[in-house]
Amino acid sequence: MQQQDLIPHLFRTEYRKIAAVLSKWLGIENLQVAEDLTSETFLAALENWSYQGIPANPVAWLYTVAKNKTKNYMARSQLFKQKIEKQIRVNQEHSVVDEIDLSEQNIFDSQLQMLFAICHPAIPTESQVGLALRILCGFGIEEIANAFLTNKENISKRLQRAREKLRQENVKIEFPGKTEIENRLSNVLTTIYLLFNEGYYSETNDDVLREDLCFEAMRLTNLLLNFEKTNLPSVNALLSLMCFHASRFEARRNDKGELVLYEDQDETKWDQELISKGVYHLKEAAVGEQISRYHIEAGIAYWHTIKADSPEKWESVLHLYNQLLSLEYSPVAALNRTFALSKVRGKESAIDEAEKLKLTQNPFYFTLLGELYTGLNNKKAREYFESALAITVSQLGQQTIRKKIEKLDGGLNASP
Amino acid sequence: MLIFRHEDGSKIASPEQMQAWMKQTMDWIGGIAAQNKFITGTGLPFDESRVVWHKGVVTNGPFGDIKETIGGYIVVKADSVEEAVEFAKGSPVLQGDGNSVEVRKIAKNDGVH
Repeated sequence: MQQQDLIPHLFRTEYRKIAAVLSKWLGIENLQVAEDLTSETFLAALENWSYQGIPANPVAWLYTVAKNKTKNYMARSQLFKQKIEKQIRVNQEHSVVDEIDLSEQNIFDSQLQMLFAICHPAIPTESQVGLALRILCGFGIEEIANAFLTNKENISKRLQRAREKLRQENVKIEFPGKTEIENRLSNVLTTIYLLFNEGYYSETNDDVLREDLCFEAMRLTNLLLNFEKTNLPSVNALLSLMCFHASRFEARRNDKGELVLYEDQDETKWDQELISKGVYHLKEAAVGEQISRYHIEAGIAYWHTIKADSPEKWESVLHLYNQLLSLEYSPVAALNRTFALSKVRGKESAIDEAEKLKLTQNPFYFTLLGELYTGLNNKKAREYFESALAITVSQLGQQTIRKKIEKLDGGLNASP
Repeated sequence: MLIFRHEDGSKIASPEQMQAWMKQTMDWIGGIAAQNKFITGTGLPFDESRVVWHKGVVTNGPFGDIKETIGGYIVVKADSVEEAVEFAKGSPVLQGDGNSVEVRKIAKNDGVH
């Protein structure tokens, strides 16, 4: 690998490891320092390697430099004194370097512990996702800003507030106890799921970034599954769900980068390997008494990996949406349930139920009504699509609705 | 709160019929939940039930002089009793002659109601 490829590659794989270990070593109050030291390490690599050449073991080189930079930082700051006094290691000049443990085991532990620390209930979920992207996924501020469709200043401020809050709360970077793990896990899973959705439904035009977000979410979930105490049914269910969704990456975009709707996708482009992985984790999830929302959503996603319509498919999907809604309401689930209902009981009865939803601020509500009226009353259908268009902000969304209207108009002109 | 009164389904219907009822019930609840008006609910199986009487006398059913007894309930968020009645009208329980859905308000925990 050439240097210009190697550093970005190492940045992707090693930044998060070094950042997690240094964060744990320096403590929650020094998150920013840990991030900066990690960034400086890569900056040093960029400078050194261009005239000294790539070292024999680039990863070991990075680890050594990161340790030395940390040692120097501690020597310069008060922190050194405090740590040293606490640990009574006055005579050992090299103790810092020796003690920063970049072994595989400690990297793994530190990443998991950081995940639990970041997903502390004291900070808002959006900030949790941001911090997770920064520290656990090695994303730059600009990339995070792109993903959230905002500017760098906003993200910097948001992360700064979150770091400050974690410091005030004196959050420990450690594995929570057994009962605490269960409490915190739901927060951790929400954050990971949000991270995934951020990628899956993101408006950003950067395909690579989008898929990266999703794969990072899956990687973090795998991390949890590799740890005995968090290898739990709900975690398997979440991974299963994400595998099913991710299997459609390739088919979701056409050559022009436009979104291809589910019905129009070429299912030969669906990733069968990810689908099998999803099925495997869904089976792993099917133990114990508790059914989480991830179980139900994975069940729904499973049925969507079968393209062909069948009464069984839509009956099952409807049933799962009923379950999901009685567990936790969301407008998206309400709309999707109504769509499934139309497949099971016909458009007329779905229209009756749809009109009760009254989600008049939601463009998808009008799109659904438009779909349901298509073929029954195309004039009404068109009106609903127009209403949806009027309140749709994103270009991608507008594009999709315009296509539906074109299709409808085409149908109108074709019929006598 | 919507309280269902009906006969013990397992005595009068096949398992397939029971399953069909379950599905209809889930569809009904799903429709209410889709409007964000469902709070909670559960079925109350008839088997292994007891009635405790005055002076500690314990009997297995019957639960009253009528065959139809409480078989479950759901709690909904309704703006008015009329809205709750509309929800109740959709309950599959009402397919059975003699069955009923009782609509009751839940007391507010403010010490007054």
